[in-house]
Amino acid sequence: MNITKTLDATGLACPMPVVRTKKAMDTINSGEVLEVLATDKGTLSDIPAWAKLGGHTILEQKTKEDVLYFYIQKA
Amino acid sequence: MAVNKWTAAQVARKVIDNEELFILDVRNGDAFKDWKIEGHKFEYLNIPYFELLDGVEEILPKLPTDKDVLVVCAKEGSSVMVAEMLSEAGREVAYLEGGMKSWSSYLEPIKVADLKNGGELYQFVRLGKGCLSYMVISEGEAAIIDAARFTDAFTNFAKEKGVEIKHVFDTHLHADHISGGRHIAAETGATYYLPPKDATEVVFDYTPLTDGLNVKIGASKIDVSALYSPGHTIGSTSFIIDNQFLLTGDILFIDSIGRPDLAGLAEDWVGDLRETLYSRYRELAEDLLVLPAHFMIIDELNEDGTVARRLGDLYKENHGLNIEDEEEFRRTVTDNLPPQPNAYEQIRQVNMGKINPDNDEQIEMEIGPNRCAVR
Repeated sequence: MNITKTLDATGLACPMPVVRTKKAMDTINSGEVLEVLATDKGTLSDIPAWAKLGGHTILEQKTKEDVLYFYIQKA
Repeated sequence: MAVNKWTAAQVARKVIDNEELFILDVRNGDAFKDWKIEGHKFEYLNIPYFELLDGVEEILPKLPTDKDVLVVCAKEGSSVMVAEMLSEAGREVAYLEGGMKSWSSYLEPIKVADLKNGGELYQFVRLGKGCLSYMVISEGEAAIIDAARFTDAFTNFAKEKGVEIKHVFDTHLHADHISGGRHIAAETGATYYLPPKDATEVVFDYTPLTDGLNVKIGASKIDVSALYSPGHTIGSTSFIIDNQFLLTGDILFIDSIGRPDLAGLAEDWVGDLRETLYSRYRELAEDLLVLPAHFMIIDELNEDGTVARRLGDLYKENHGLNIEDEEEFRRTVTDNLPPQPNAYEQIRQVNMGKINPDNDEQIEMEIGPNRCAVR
């Protein structure tokens, strides 16, 4: 997977991880991949739901040492 | 326009006083469907905050201007953001301080009755979770039954009333919420009682709560008597207070009955549950006022916010007490049970003292409705 940009949203509370994800998405092109790191558990359901809304694809999602990783391909 | 901040206590007053409120819930759809702030006259709009990042113009026509609008989310952050956006768009709205987390934690003490010689019986209503705790007060002494985990709510209330907490009971080992019982006892020097049949795995000391146990509260000796009433768990025990009140724990509710499966033994305990509901309770005086440990729906609240009904009335109205056929009863309480409470196995472990999660972890475990009943 080719990661275009990484957003570190660890330590941020809802709604900031999704707000920052949206802003970061605005800076990359269609087909490119944004990596998002977050610690707020709310993102587990909210980032996929937000991505679906914009037609973006979650290529991969994992948890490592309490950090959540999302790989989102822009629509 | 100003953004107002409401506390859970203010929202609780709206529920109890039967007032109108428009709730804009900005959590995701699943969370909203699972669990929300219930009120008799509340209206709702659920739009996740992440659908409003580009602006709130689209929802403005859906928000009333003639009643209070409260924005609610899980912890507060998103509701503040949306409330500020609405405010900039010219609407006066409020957000719920602490979000659903604080709603789940809030306890409203409501007086159920005056007892002899100035004694009082209080029901602590946890509106967000549907849990009910009790405090009996009499001449400087108090007993607490099924305390929620917010020990301050009880110890501060006792201080206000100038009473010493002497006895703390749990009717059974809870699976839907974390008990504050043994912590209150440790803090105040009170005796902590638990039914021994539910306590085989607990790792702390307790006093056995057995059938027929009787304690007296205060000089006027308000009676608190234990009645073994298994079925929700094998140890489940009820209390009769002052020969007037029947505290049923999770065995009998207003509009439902206890489920026998949360400790994993539905099939085994169906017989006990039936015996308790159809024989043991039947032998009691019909005028006893039933005070359960939970409510499931807001309609179970009386006008004053209490959850209480005459035993005789429940035998007429509660479907779970009127299933003649034993086989049908068995099916009702073992088949098609509602989903189990969030993290119920972990919560049981906490209540046994086996695990000691921090406050944030406890909040997470207790999220959602109690789900202790079958209808």
